[in-house]
Amino acid sequence: MDLDSITVMLRSFWTVWLMLLLTGILVYAMWPGNRRTFDDAAQIPLKDDGQEL
Amino acid sequence: MTSATLTSGATLGSQRVSEDVRYHEDAIRLFVIAAVFWGVVGFLAGTFIALQLAFPALNLGLEWTSFGRLRPVHTSAVIFAFGGNVLLATSLYSVQRTCRQHLFGGEGLAKFIFWNYNVFIVLAALSYVMGFTQGKEYAEPEWILDLYLTVVWVLYAVQFIGTVMTRRESHIYVANWFFMAFILTVAILHIGNNVNVPVSLFGMKSYTYVSGVQSAMVQWWYGHNAVGFFLTAGFLGIMYYFVPKRAERPVYSYRLSIVHFWTLIFLYIWAGPHHLHYTSLPDWAQTLGMTFSVMLWMPSWGGMINGIMTLSGAWDKLRTDPVLRFLVTSVAFYGMSTFEGPLMSVKPVNALSHYTDWTVGHVHSGALGWVAFVSFGAIYYLVPVLWKRSQLYSMRLVSYHFWTATIGIVLYITAMWVSGIMQGLMWRAYDNLGFLQYSFVETVAAMHPFYVIRAMGGVLFVTGALIMVYNLWRTAKGDVRIEKPYVTTPHKATVGAA
Repeated sequence: MDLDSITVMLRSFWTVWLMLLLTGILVYAMWPGNRRTFDDAAQIPLKDDGQEL
Repeated sequence: MTSATLTSGATLGSQRVSEDVRYHEDAIRLFVIAAVFWGVVGFLAGTFIALQLAFPALNLGLEWTSFGRLRPVHTSAVIFAFGGNVLLATSLYSVQRTCRQHLFGGEGLAKFIFWNYNVFIVLAALSYVMGFTQGKEYAEPEWILDLYLTVVWVLYAVQFIGTVMTRRESHIYVANWFFMAFILTVAILHIGNNVNVPVSLFGMKSYTYVSGVQSAMVQWWYGHNAVGFFLTAGFLGIMYYFVPKRAERPVYSYRLSIVHFWTLIFLYIWAGPHHLHYTSLPDWAQTLGMTFSVMLWMPSWGGMINGIMTLSGAWDKLRTDPVLRFLVTSVAFYGMSTFEGPLMSVKPVNALSHYTDWTVGHVHSGALGWVAFVSFGAIYYLVPVLWKRSQLYSMRLVSYHFWTATIGIVLYITAMWVSGIMQGLMWRAYDNLGFLQYSFVETVAAMHPFYVIRAMGGVLFVTGALIMVYNLWRTAKGDVRIEKPYVTTPHKATVGAA
């Protein structure tokens, strides 16, 4: 099996790869350990506006 | 990245953490002025062509003022001139604050982008009136102007992404993700859809490189994703910065915003074929487009819930702050039009709705209710900040603008629903001998009253925008109107309990 046919074979499963990628993102977003990071990130717009030039 | 030192001071919320950041605002003021100017021009053009449809004599018998030439002036003016300047203003404003960093490339690059983007708009509008067009929906400018826009857009991408890359905040805030998706995808769409071969080196005329049904598919891959990434992702960036900012509360769920972003990006790009149902486009591609459009319900409503629920616990602000009312109503319209869109993409529904006024009504519930309202909210927020005023000239005038524009939108979309469904039903009506029951011109005559109602909706929408112009002008001058303020009264139950 040469590289081309492997590529073609893998490419035919593109929906599966996209689904896996999306699942990974969902797991990352919902991972309990990330809660603090996201809670802090949500505060970013509410922090001080700094000085205007 | 100096995030470690910053976060030590940035425990949560209110502390001053950015004492040494100096933000660039001169160019952003210019973008806001241009957005308001083009908004009025675009709304006026739209109202005028709406009147032309109701009263064809208004074509004036001149080629330059005919509906066919003024329609692209209207669409480009509202989408790219008004919407584009709003997006440039809000994105370059909020990226500095969410990255705690001034603009990459500085004020000079921002002003260069401002002048060239707006010169492009003027040249495009002039070329339409003169009769030059590629004949592609929302991508009418001819090849030489396409090249010019590409240069300006790449510079905008450099400035925005450069600012994100030199940020002093470790996390990239979700609004910036939406803005980056908008900038990047619009660049790809613009280039992909404008692969044209000029007839001569010094002439305006060009032809598309792909032809036939492929050309149609490329056009709607562009057209629908212009809606998805210019008019949706970009303006969602505005929502995710300005709704929390105005409500003074963090977004309802940051996790939902991450899911919202990635699902939207995954799904939108496939939805284009729903513009080509029952054409020579292969059936499987039509079904694919329909399926992905229906799946878009989920991220769209997830995003809408996230935007609206940001007010959870602070609903009273809707009563006392008309600016926030603009922002939240826009998100409600976002929910409504992203419900209607997938519905219309279902093939049997599309068989009735396509090529009728229903489509026009759908576009405008999104464009007026979502895009324009979220823009108005952001502009009302920005002008006092950018012109260093403590408050707007008048909150009552904001409220008058809100109600005038809302009634205008309701007139517009209800007229188009009735007109469009009537038109679709008349087209498909057969008599008992199997002949079409109505000639085309009979459907046109039947639509006349609804065209008049639609034009009246447009007049109201323009009136609201003019109220805004006056309010912003007085705000910039530093005036404050003497009026009854909107007061926050304690809830009766709370008073009784105390």
